[in-house]
Amino acid sequence: MAKDRQNDLLLEEHQVAGNGLLDRRLFLKKGLQFGAISTFASAATLALAESETESGFDPANPPWMKQQGAPFSTYGMPSKYEDRVVRFPTQNQAVPGNGVSWTPLHLMEGTITPNGLHFERHHNGVPQIDPAKHKLLIHGMVKQDSFFTVNDLLRYPMQSKICFIECGGNSNAGWNKQPSKSEAGYFNGMASCSEWTGVPLSVLLEEVGVSKKAKWMIAEGADAFAMEMSIPIEKAMKDGFLALYQNGERIRPENGYPLRLVLPGWEGVLNVKWLRRLQITDKPVMSRNETSRYTELLPDGKARMFTFFIEAKSMITSPSANMLLKEQGLYQITGLAWSGRGKIKKVDVSADGGKTWAEAELQEPVLDRAFTRFRMPWFWNGKPAVLKSRATDETGYVQPERKELVKQRGRHGFFHYNAIINWQVDSDGFVSHVYDKDEKESKGSDISIDSGWD
Amino acid sequence: MKKSLKVLISVLIVAGISPAVAEQNKGPGLAHPASKEDVAAWNLNVFPDGEGLPEGQGSVAEGETIYKNKCIACHGENGLGTGTGDQLAGAQMGLTSEYPEKTIGTYWPYATTIFDVVRRSMPMTQPGSLNNNDVYSVTAYLLYLNNIIGKDDVMNASTLPKVKMPNRNGFINVYETEEKNKK
Repeated sequence: MAKDRQNDLLLEEHQVAGNGLLDRRLFLKKGLQFGAISTFASAATLALAESETESGFDPANPPWMKQQGAPFSTYGMPSKYEDRVVRFPTQNQAVPGNGVSWTPLHLMEGTITPNGLHFERHHNGVPQIDPAKHKLLIHGMVKQDSFFTVNDLLRYPMQSKICFIECGGNSNAGWNKQPSKSEAGYFNGMASCSEWTGVPLSVLLEEVGVSKKAKWMIAEGADAFAMEMSIPIEKAMKDGFLALYQNGERIRPENGYPLRLVLPGWEGVLNVKWLRRLQITDKPVMSRNETSRYTELLPDGKARMFTFFIEAKSMITSPSANMLLKEQGLYQITGLAWSGRGKIKKVDVSADGGKTWAEAELQEPVLDRAFTRFRMPWFWNGKPAVLKSRATDETGYVQPERKELVKQRGRHGFFHYNAIINWQVDSDGFVSHVYDKDEKESKGSDISIDSGWD
Repeated sequence: MKKSLKVLISVLIVAGISPAVAEQNKGPGLAHPASKEDVAAWNLNVFPDGEGLPEGQGSVAEGETIYKNKCIACHGENGLGTGTGDQLAGAQMGLTSEYPEKTIGTYWPYATTIFDVVRRSMPMTQPGSLNNNDVYSVTAYLLYLNNIIGKDDVMNASTLPKVKMPNRNGFINVYETEEKNKK
C-alpha cells in the first residue's frame, strides 16, 4: 500500500480534531511508525554517529561489546552523551547567587524531576550548611519556645508526598509583548516535581503547643538573604511539612539542605529552603518578598497580595520551541499539566490554533498537586500548525487563553502566569513560540516588564 | 489486651481515626526549650506595628553617607536603580502607566519592611553587616528620597511604624477574600 494511501486511512479512521489530532487510544496499536523529532544538539549527535560509521564502525559488533566496561561508581552520573540535559541559569551580573536556573522540561520525560535538574531560585546564593550545627527554632504564640536539631527531626514520624513546586515567577516571559525565543523549559521550567519526605508540621506545632489564637507562621531560611515569608497557620497545620529528603536522598544544598518547608500546591517562594525559624503569630510580617515582590500589579493600580495557590497550567514539552520535525508523519504530542488546587481532570489538545480540541490521554498515576503527563497522537501533514494544550483541574477551573489572562490582569503582574502556551510548527517543521493572531502586540518594547532582579 | 486500651481503640475507630494514624501524629517529644535570650538573638522579624524593632536611631544625613558607601553600586544614585538592583525611589511613572515604576514611594505598603530587609539581607555582598543605627539611617534616607519624611526626621522604634506610606491601601488580600467567600 502506498504511504499516502496509508496516511489517508489513518486520518479517516482515527482523526478526533482538526489538523491531524488522532484518537489517544491509537498508542495501543502496534506497528505504527512515529516520526523523529530532533533538537539542534541531538542533530549534532547524529552527525557524530554518521562519522563513526564512515570510519568503519560496525553496529553488529560495537566496540563496547569487545572491551570490559567501566567499574562501579559510588554515585551515578548521566551518560556523557546527555550533557546537554542541564539546567539553564540566568543570574544577576553583580550578585551571581541571585537569580534562577530553569529545569529543561523540554528534554525530559515522565513526571519526576531528577534532583540535579530541579529548578533553583536563590536570593543570595546556596548556603553550605553543616547539619550538625543547624537548628530549627519554633517560637512566638506557643506554650514553649523550642529548638529542634536536624538529628531530632530525623527521629520524628515522616510522610512522603509527590508534588510539584513552581516559582510564582515561572513563565513570566508570557507577559511580554513578543513571544519568547527560548526552549520550553528555559522559560517555563521554574517548576519541578519530586517525592518529598519529612515531618508533618502539625506534629511539631502540636508538640510546642501552638495557641488557638495564632493565625500566621513566619518561616525564615538560613541563607545570606535570611529570606522570610508569612504563611497562614491553617495551611501549615493542614498539610505543610518539613522535608528532609527529596526523591529518596537528602535534599540537595540548592533545594534547601538540610531542611525545607513544603506547602503542596502553593507558590515556590513560600516553600522556604534552609529553614531555621518559624515564628507563630497573629499577623503577617509584611516582608519585602510578600509586599514589593510576589504581589501582582493590576491595570487599575491595585495589586493582588497573598496569591498563594498555583492555578492549573499545562505545557506541551514535545514538540516545543526550537525543535525540528524532520518529515511529515505520525508524532506523539506530550506534555505536563499541574494544579495547586488538586488533581488534573483533563487536558485538551489542539493542533489548529484552538479551533478544535480533543482530550489527551493522562498517564497514570494522576496525583493530587503533582505533575501529570499527557499524550496525544498527531499526524503532521507538513503544513503550518499551531499546537496548544489546556488543563482542567478537579475544581473545574480551566487554564485560560493568554488574551483572557491579560484582560483580567494586565501585563505588569509579573507573577502567576498560567495561560495556554502555543507552539507553531512551520512548513519546514521548525517549532516556535507564538501568540494568537488576534492578540499580536508588535509595538513597544518589553524592557519595562521587570528589569530588576530582586 | 487491657480493657482501657480496647475502649480507646473502639473510640478512635468510631471517631474515624485508626489507632495507627493517631499514634503516627505523635512525635517523640525531642524539643529543647529555648530561652527568651535565645529567641531575641535569633529573631529578625520586624512587623508593621513596630514589633521587633530594636533600640537605636538614624538620620537622613547619616543614611546618605552609608547609602553612598554600601548601596549605590546596585541601587544607583538617589535610589534610581541599576541593571542589578531595584529602583527604590524617583518614580516618574505611576502604577497605572504603560511602564509602571514600583518604588518604595509608589508601591511599598509598610515602612517597617525597609528596616526588616536591610537589616537581614543588605548589602548583598556583606549581609547583616550594618548595625541597628546604620539600618535606621538607611531607612530614613530611603524614605526621604521618596518624599515621605522630612530631611530632619529621625527614625527609631517609635517613629518608623508611624510613617504613612502612600500605597498603604493599594493591595487586595486575595487569600483572605477567597477564604471568606468559602464560608
